[in-house]
Amino acid sequence: MTLERLVEELGLKCKCCWEKLKTTEVKGGYAGDLLSDVMANSQAGNVWVTRQVHMNIVAVASLKDLAGIIIVQGANPEKETIDKAGREGIPIMVSELPEFELVGRIYQLLGKG
Amino acid sequence: MRLAEIRDLLDATVIVGEDKLDIDVRTAFGADLMSDVLAFARSGGLLITGLSTPQAVRTAYALDIAAILVCRGKFLSDKFIEIARELNIPVLWTPYIMFEVCGRLYQEGMTACTRLASDVEDKHIA
Amino acid sequence: MPNDEYLEGIFYIQGRDFVDAGAVSSEIKKNLKEKGIPESIIRKVAVITFEAEVNIISYADQGTIQLFVEPDAIIIAADDIGQGIPDIDLALQEGYSTADDSIREMGFGAGMGLANIKKSSDIFEINSEPGGGVHLKCTINIKEK
Repeated sequence: MTLERLVEELGLKCKCCWEKLKTTEVKGGYAGDLLSDVMANSQAGNVWVTRQVHMNIVAVASLKDLAGIIIVQGANPEKETIDKAGREGIPIMVSELPEFELVGRIYQLLGKG
Repeated sequence: MRLAEIRDLLDATVIVGEDKLDIDVRTAFGADLMSDVLAFARSGGLLITGLSTPQAVRTAYALDIAAILVCRGKFLSDKFIEIARELNIPVLWTPYIMFEVCGRLYQEGMTACTRLASDVEDKHIA
Repeated sequence: MPNDEYLEGIFYIQGRDFVDAGAVSSEIKKNLKEKGIPESIIRKVAVITFEAEVNIISYADQGTIQLFVEPDAIIIAADDIGQGIPDIDLALQEGYSTADDSIREMGFGAGMGLANIKKSSDIFEINSEPGGGVHLKCTINIKEK
């Protein structure tokens, strides 16, 4: 499933790298706010669901070749984060939903059930 | 879902609360940052977290959360377990990642227990 | 110490500079990708360098990460000047952390750093003395084709 489809189905707001939505395939997901855990356990192609909004999430997503980052519970990514993500080519999307619900929906959409 | 069912669904180990597996939880909150839990979670639900420090137990206690499910196979210290026992909070432990845990529980009909960001006030729900 | 002949880069890291956390790891990853190092090896290097970098930023005054690319192994040496680690066994324990709240709120300080570095290394060497900084040397073997 492409990021574009995920954005449409979930009503996400994309903040940068819109051109990548059509071409990025999502392979699974990872949820979490502890950067060490993301580094240790996430897989390339995962869409990352988190509440973290600072710049360091971009480095992590880049290092792990993640598909993109979805920030939940209506949190606002910092301007520096969006700028950096734009430079690194990492789509940042935002959802008003709480993590549990958003992950549940992504899980279903990815056909894991 | 009863804690026993959650245990089975997620191949979980019961670390604290063997006698409490009949407790029924309908809602869940997934987070690693306890400040988020304090700000947004409602009482009575299941806390799903990868944070394996005693801080998670204390936060659950502060909000009258029904049980904690530690995911990602995190190592739990004696201190963590001791405090959970002392505060009487059931703790389940699963090797699955949070994405998988939330995904499966959502499919089983659990819902998010959250206050919307727009509703958050200073006082927390007892 | 690894042979300087194989030194690919020395990267300087400023303590408490969280804004750039991950920058050195990203550089190193690009470097190894260009060399055609296998993905599976790069993944381990990424974890090691990221955690080492974050540790220097979180706890030290300043430090360096050196990357050595040998024919059969990649070696990462992380050295810092700072408070050091009084009890290494304790520091290696998963979940043990001396991070302050500001560090934790950023998602660091979960107490997994050194444990993750050790897991990703084929050979893991660490030494430190209080006030003497921390010295890590991590070796990842590259399998022969």
